Amino acid sequence: MSDTVIIADKLTKKFGDFIATNQISFEVYKGEIFGFLGANGAGKTTAMRMLCGLSVPSAGKATIAGFDIYKQTEQIKRKIGYMSQKFSLYEDLTVLENIRFFGGIYGLGYKELKDKSEQLIEKLGMHNQTKKLVAELPLGWKQKLAFSVAVLHDPAIVFLDEPTGGVDPVTRRQFWELIYEAANRGVTVFVTTHYMDEAEYCNRISIMVDGKIEALDTPVNLKKAFNAASIDDVFYQLARGAKRIE
Amino acid sequence: MKQFMVFVRKEFYHVLRDRKTLLILFGMPVMQILIFGFALTNEVKNSRIVIMDEAKDPASQQLVARIASSKYFEIERTITGQRQIDEAFKAGKIKMALILPAGFNEALLHEHTAQVQVIADASDPNIATTLTNYIHSIVQDFQSELNETITAPYRIVPETRMLYNPQQKSVYSMVPGVMALILMLVCVMMTAISIVREKETGTMEILLVSPFKPFLVILSKAVPYLLLSFINIITILIMSVWLLELPVNGSIPLLLAVSILYIITCLSLGIFISIKTETQQAAMTISLMGMLLPTIMFSGFMFPIENMPLPLQVISNIVPAKWFNIIIKAVMIKGMGLMAIWKEVLILAGMTLFFLLAGLKSFKIRLA
Repeated sequence: MSDTVIIADKLTKKFGDFIATNQISFEVYKGEIFGFLGANGAGKTTAMRMLCGLSVPSAGKATIAGFDIYKQTEQIKRKIGYMSQKFSLYEDLTVLENIRFFGGIYGLGYKELKDKSEQLIEKLGMHNQTKKLVAELPLGWKQKLAFSVAVLHDPAIVFLDEPTGGVDPVTRRQFWELIYEAANRGVTVFVTTHYMDEAEYCNRISIMVDGKIEALDTPVNLKKAFNAASIDDVFYQLARGAKRIE
Repeated sequence: MKQFMVFVRKEFYHVLRDRKTLLILFGMPVMQILIFGFALTNEVKNSRIVIMDEAKDPASQQLVARIASSKYFEIERTITGQRQIDEAFKAGKIKMALILPAGFNEALLHEHTAQVQVIADASDPNIATTLTNYIHSIVQDFQSELNETITAPYRIVPETRMLYNPQQKSVYSMVPGVMALILMLVCVMMTAISIVREKETGTMEILLVSPFKPFLVILSKAVPYLLLSFINIITILIMSVWLLELPVNGSIPLLLAVSILYIITCLSLGIFISIKTETQQAAMTISLMGMLLPTIMFSGFMFPIENMPLPLQVISNIVPAKWFNIIIKAVMIKGMGLMAIWKEVLILAGMTLFFLLAGLKSFKIRLA
């Protein structure tokens, strides 16, 4: 079972009477790019927040990298990376300072941090930007930097919450190259997205509707099963029945 | 510990790169001290006065000369008729009028008692009272000097001595008040904003997902402000001593220690606010409206608490600045030791503990 890095079993989160995620169960395997799709309000972010330890489930079980999400949150935190919708970097810090800060709070040593930040800057081709404030960078750069920072400490799993919001298609394509490269290194990528073309890049995808997972398979199989030309079609067929629309 | 230092360093970057914050942080104390120390004093200087001297004898002229040489009064002019007094008051030119009746010297010499009439513009009662006191003391001085030269009957002259603040300088009450105010502003508002900013930009989530302990996040936010506020206190004290000539009568280490305690109280209040609010604007509004106003009103440095109606007196007890003000006055001006202020120190410590525990508790709830 060492190849299964995320196991969710009937994971449920209620806010009062509202059931944000309703008994969702799925498994994610090592090195996989797992797409987590759903309309706004379908419960994607809630599910992800539970897996990251930002939110305590109301019911159900889950393990991340073999650790229980109720009792072993500290161990889980060391194993995961997280990038939110806002590409959260500190705008008033320079590129290098951001890298060192986020590496630093994960407890990377001075030598390790130095090597890693050099590698990262090399990879992103940002030699000339290291001393620039993040606020001065274009959105695409910020995003790539945020992702690189999220995987700086070599997590087993990286959670990406709508990482490509508001970015042009070319930059999105470049961003996905970074994701592939991380997956090739054995990092499991758990990504939520609105963009259906991005869903096609994933190894497997799940589609949430009204707090439940309505479909889960590879993009090819899903298209077959729903007799659809694209994931967009699949999504549309499923989401049409949704009752929760923002 | 290393992670902690990394975090604290980041906080310093935030503070030092933000010019506006820096300006507020270091410019404000200097401005406040200057404003409160020099411009906004309770002393009334150079008040315009008219004098109607109907006596024009040696005694009356001596008295007028005394008033003229006082720094509190400036003689607008000497006049001859009652009507001119009314006119001058109505024109708002003068604050006070003094009438010396005819035969002033005679009356003094023969009857051993003479009358003068003091008319004050009491539309501002505080100023009127202060000016009346000044005139009284000038007349009293004059009278006691006369008593030395002439053989007068026994007369009891009440002598008032102003303890701790013999010249009744207003900086004595202003400086502790300004210290309480500035630390409240800097610590509460700045920490609250800096924590809420992380929530707004989404970096707080990243921090919470990381292995870095949530309470360390809060703690490392507080460290830079603790240090900067400490520098502020020293600046204020140096300015008070050198610029405003305010003595520090008590022990300086004790003064600094209680200041640090108050800083920590304010920081914990800031942390509490930041946990309860979601946007920088909300945090700022609460810190400004919720803290600044009560601090000015209820700390006792502008309005005496003793004069307030009972419900307000009770409310004043929950304002940390009130207790700090008492402590600072006791230590700095009266030169008292820890024994005199332990109760107030305990109250501040209790408040700190309350804010911290309440803050940490709701922080955990928020995580769930």
